[in-house]
Amino acid sequence: MLSGRAPDWVIQAASSLLNIVALLGVFLTLFALISVLERKILGRMQNRYGPNRVGPFGLFQPVADGIKMLIKEDIVPARADKIVHFLAPVLIAATAILSLGVIPYGRNMTPFIIDGGILFFFAVGSTTELAVFMAGWGSNNKFSMLGAMRAIAQMISYELPLIITVLPVVMIVGSLNPDKIVAGQSNYSLGVVPHWFVFTPWGAVAFVLFFVSGLVESNRTPFDVPEGESEIVAGHMTEYSGFKYATFFMAEYIGMFAISGLGVTLFLGGWHAPIHFLEFIPSYVWFFVKLSILLFVYIWLRGTLPRTRVDQIMNFAWKFMLPMAFTCVIAAAVWHYIGRGLRGWLWSLAVIAVVYFTLSILLDSRRKFAPRTYRFAE
Amino acid sequence: MSTVAFAAIAILTLAAALAAATLQKLMHAALSFAVMFVGISAFFFLLGAEFIGLVQIFVYIGAVAVLIVFTILLTRHDAEKVRGFNWSGVIVAVAVFAGLGWAISKTKSLSIVPQQIQPVTVQRIGELLMTNYVWPLLCVGVLLTVALIGALILVMEEKS
Repeated sequence: MLSGRAPDWVIQAASSLLNIVALLGVFLTLFALISVLERKILGRMQNRYGPNRVGPFGLFQPVADGIKMLIKEDIVPARADKIVHFLAPVLIAATAILSLGVIPYGRNMTPFIIDGGILFFFAVGSTTELAVFMAGWGSNNKFSMLGAMRAIAQMISYELPLIITVLPVVMIVGSLNPDKIVAGQSNYSLGVVPHWFVFTPWGAVAFVLFFVSGLVESNRTPFDVPEGESEIVAGHMTEYSGFKYATFFMAEYIGMFAISGLGVTLFLGGWHAPIHFLEFIPSYVWFFVKLSILLFVYIWLRGTLPRTRVDQIMNFAWKFMLPMAFTCVIAAAVWHYIGRGLRGWLWSLAVIAVVYFTLSILLDSRRKFAPRTYRFAE
Repeated sequence: MSTVAFAAIAILTLAAALAAATLQKLMHAALSFAVMFVGISAFFFLLGAEFIGLVQIFVYIGAVAVLIVFTILLTRHDAEKVRGFNWSGVIVAVAVFAGLGWAISKTKSLSIVPQQIQPVTVQRIGELLMTNYVWPLLCVGVLLTVALIGALILVMEEKS
């Protein structure tokens, strides 16, 4: 209709711009909202009020925080590498926002439609490691460098289970396109039981593994050793102040939204309603309801769990997460080839149970209770 | 449209490559090398080969660039030292460029206009990998596993 009036490239540019503006608007608002909600929920869990001074129920706290961050002095260390120090927060925010682009937020609401959308998500996500390294190295500070090393070590280790837990979904759907993955979960049994992948044995296990790996990738609390403030100040963000620090903070939250959004798309049926007759409620509402539940679990875990040690994180990744992730792939294949009914369901569960118990016995019997030996860098 | 895009990407890629070759600090050179990888993956996107473009980012920035950067960090103590200009490198580079240019200009298929071909989808690549090329794929998998186990053995603590 419009093509009669405007040249093609104008329409293309306008539609891209609309997508970008909508994406940024929604998720930056969500970021502001979640930053205050997180503090409120954590306050509730720790028997205190949380922010309640600015606006009703402290809801305008992010506005105050934003103004504070903007007018704070921007300190760059004299020995820092100015360009790299400046580019690191830019790159980390850009990659975080880019990865939001491929997630279907509702019916026909994917901002950036690409055949290999899932691959795009992880390809862009893998650039974060370089950004973290730039922040650590550019600051020219020992704590920054140590934090960056820790962050990269755990990101690389957990990228493996993260990507392998996505594999079974891709195998069953036969596509890397997020829209097709959502469409693959669109049916209902008897109109009430949705065919989400989380309701299959392999899907449930893969979802839990995916969620834990997502926690690590976004450096959230049980796995936040890269910024363990009692050990290394603030890790790779030590030398950042003012708005640059806020950018890192924002990138962390946007990364959290992106990984949760992908989790919803892959395992929780994307924007589909949990019961068939509830489909009249707009699809994006369902997406954001599911996203908020996942985000609440993130905050809940932060209020509940203490920080893990670096060696515990690494052992967990290579000895437990990785074998379980491979088991999910095999269990999904079993589920598919025995037939997607009850029999396949039980067989797939059996495969996972066997591996799980073998693994737990093996890992348990090797555990030695002895004083820890410390090794120091020379 | 695509000519403009091509020119923009080409300028970015060449500038990054030049920066990687001439920048004084080794770490800056490594980071501009990563920018060049982005440029190359943009070329793949422009050609409609999005899978290769994505894998380019995945492998070369997510893995190779991080590896290079870490190698510099962990092995060199004089990373800050100013690099000298290496004339022999220039000669080798010019020779390789001349050789490649000569070979390409002699290629017969250069003058053949390609017919319009379908962009290769991820699905098609997957099908081919799982049917015609399943043995090479398995061999690559075994090779990578061997490399992984080898790396583990190298860093394993010696039991006293």
